[in-house]
Amino acid sequence: MAATAKGAPARGARLSLRPRKTRAANLAFYIVRRILWMIPVVLFVISITFVLMHLAPGSPWDRTGGRPLSKAVIDDLNVKYGLDKPLWNQFLLYVWNVAHFDFGLSYQYQNQTAAHVLLESWPATLTIGALAFVLIVPLGVALGVIAALRQNSVIDYIAVGFSTFGASVPNFVIGILLIIVFSVEAYHLTGGSLFLPTGGFAVDEHLILPVITLSVLPVAYIARMARSSTLDVLRQDYVRTAWAKGLRERLVVLRHIVKNSLIPVVSTLGSIFALMVTGSVIVETVFAIPGIGRSFVVAVSSRDYPMILATTILFSVVIAVANLIIDLLYTVIDPRVRLG
Amino acid sequence: MAAAVTDRVQEIDWENPEQVGLWKDAWQRFRRNPIAVLGLALVAVIVLAAIGARVVFAFHLPILRDYLQQDPANADLGLFSPGHILGSDELGRDILSRMLYGAGISLTIGVLTQCIYLVIGAAVGLTAGYCGGRLDNLLMRFVDVWYAFPDLLFLLVVVSVFGASLFTIFVAIGMIYWVDLARLIRGQVLSIKEKEYVEGARAAGSSPLKIILRHLAPNALGPVIVAVTFGIPRAIFLEATLSFLGAGIVPPTPSWGVMIQQGYESIFSHPMEVTLPAVSIAITMLSFTFIGDGLRDSLDPRMRR
Repeated sequence: MAATAKGAPARGARLSLRPRKTRAANLAFYIVRRILWMIPVVLFVISITFVLMHLAPGSPWDRTGGRPLSKAVIDDLNVKYGLDKPLWNQFLLYVWNVAHFDFGLSYQYQNQTAAHVLLESWPATLTIGALAFVLIVPLGVALGVIAALRQNSVIDYIAVGFSTFGASVPNFVIGILLIIVFSVEAYHLTGGSLFLPTGGFAVDEHLILPVITLSVLPVAYIARMARSSTLDVLRQDYVRTAWAKGLRERLVVLRHIVKNSLIPVVSTLGSIFALMVTGSVIVETVFAIPGIGRSFVVAVSSRDYPMILATTILFSVVIAVANLIIDLLYTVIDPRVRLG
Repeated sequence: MAAAVTDRVQEIDWENPEQVGLWKDAWQRFRRNPIAVLGLALVAVIVLAAIGARVVFAFHLPILRDYLQQDPANADLGLFSPGHILGSDELGRDILSRMLYGAGISLTIGVLTQCIYLVIGAAVGLTAGYCGGRLDNLLMRFVDVWYAFPDLLFLLVVVSVFGASLFTIFVAIGMIYWVDLARLIRGQVLSIKEKEYVEGARAAGSSPLKIILRHLAPNALGPVIVAVTFGIPRAIFLEATLSFLGAGIVPPTPSWGVMIQQGYESIFSHPMEVTLPAVSIAITMLSFTFIGDGLRDSLDPRMRR
C-alpha cells in the first residue's frame, strides 16, 4: 500500500503539468512519425542490397558443379523471374510489389514465395530468440546489481570477469566450446548415456545449448550496464535517505536502487535486440537449426535474390519496431523523458 | 605519517612544478592496471609471433612446416606429436603453422579496418560537428539510416558479391562501423566546441587551426583511441564469423575462422583441431578488450570507478 501512496503524488504532479489530451496526441503523432521514418529506411536497405546483388559478376543460374544451363533455359528463367528487364525497372517493380507485401518467388525452392520460405523458418528463430530474450534481462540485471552491491568482492570480480569474457568471446566460439564440453566430452565420459545434442531442432534438448550461446553476449552486456548504473544510483542522495530513514534492505534495493538502475539498461535493449538478430545467424549455423539466419546464409551462397532481400527487409523492420517499442517503454519507466 | 607528508611537500619544487602531460599521465595510470598490462603483453606476444611466422614462411626457414603442405600419412595427429607440436589437421597440415599464419590475417584485418573506419568516421563526424546546421542534419540522418542496416547481413552480401578477398573483407567491415565513430566524433566536437577553454583560446586570439590542434584534437582523441581499440576485436570477430559461415577468407588460406569451420566438421573425432583456433580468437579478443578498458580508464580519469 505504501508503494502506491508514495508513487501517487509524483504521478499527479506530472499530469497537472500538461493536460492529458495533448500528451496522448503528442504520443500518437510521435509513433506515426517513427513508423513513417521506417519507409526511407526500408527503401535505403532495399536499394543498397539490390544494387550490391546486381553489381556482382555472374548470375543466380551459374552452376558450380555439373552441366551449365543452356542459353534458352537461362533466358526462360530470366523472363520468369523478371530479370530480363532493365535494372531500374526491376527495382521499381520490386519496391511496388513489396509495398503490396509481395516479396517474389524464391529461386532455390521452385514455386515457393520468399515470404512462404521465411514463414516456415520463422518458428525456430523465434523460439530460440524469445527464450533467450526472456532469460537475459533478469539474469543480466541480477548479475549486475549484485556485483555492484558487493563492489570489489569475489562475486563482483566473477561478474565482471564473466561480462568481459562474454562480451569479447565470439558466440560461435562459445557455441563450439559448449558442444565440446556438453556433447563431445560428456558423450565420451558417460559412455554415450548422457550428453546434449550438437544440432537440429526437434526436441526440447535441442534448445538448451543454442539458447545459452545466444544469451551469453547479451547477458554480459546487460550485466556490465546494470553494474555501472547501479554504482551510480548507490551514490544518489535518495538512496542515502532511504538507508537513513531505516528502510529494510530489501525495500531499498528493490524500490530505490533496482528500479532506477534499470533505466539505462532499457535504453540498451535496442542494440541487444540487434545483437540477437545477428547472433541468430551464427547460432543457427553452429547448431544446424533450420531458422531464418541459416536460410539467409544459404540464400546468400546460392544468390537467391528475393530471399536475401526479404530477409534483410524483415530484419531491419524488426529492429526498427523493437527500437520504437523500447523508446516507448523508456517513457513509461522514466517519466522525465518525453518523446517528440 | 604527518612527517612523511611534510617531507613530500618539501620535496616538491613549487617554483618549477613538474609538468605531467596528458599522455604521460595516461601511461602512468595504464601501467598501474595489471589487467591492461597483461592484455598489452599478450597482444605483443601475438604480434611478434605472427610477424616471426611470416618471416619464417617468406624465407622457407626450416623452423616451421609450410602451412599449406599436405601430408596424408600424418593426418589428424594429436597434441605434442613428433614434428607437429599442436598436431595436424585432416589433410596432415601442421596446425601450429596454420595458427600462426591465421594470427597474421586476424591482426591485419583488425588494424587495417580501423584505418578505413577512422578516415570515414573522422571526415563525417568532424564535418557534421563543425558545420552544424543543415549539413549536420543531413549527415546524421544518413548515419541513422545506415545504422538500421543489419550489419552481418550487409557483410555477407558484400563479401559474396565482390568475392572474398582480404581486401573486400576489410573494406566491407570498415564500411559498416564508421557510423559509430562518426557519431562519437561529432558528439565530442559539439561538446568541446562549447567549452570555456576553447572560448578562452578564441578570445585570446588563437587561430582556428591552433584551436583545433591544441584544444579540440587532444581532448577528442581519448575516446576515439578507445573506440578504435575496441574496434579491433570486433573486426577480428567479424572476419572469423564470415570465414566460419563460409563467406570469408577462402580455403586453403588458413584464417582462424576457416580453421574453425574445417575443424568443426571433425569435432567428435578430433576436438583439439577446432578448440585451438577458437581459444586463440577468444584470447586475442580478450587482450584487446583489456587494453581498451585500461585505455578508457586511463585516458578519462573522470570515468573511473
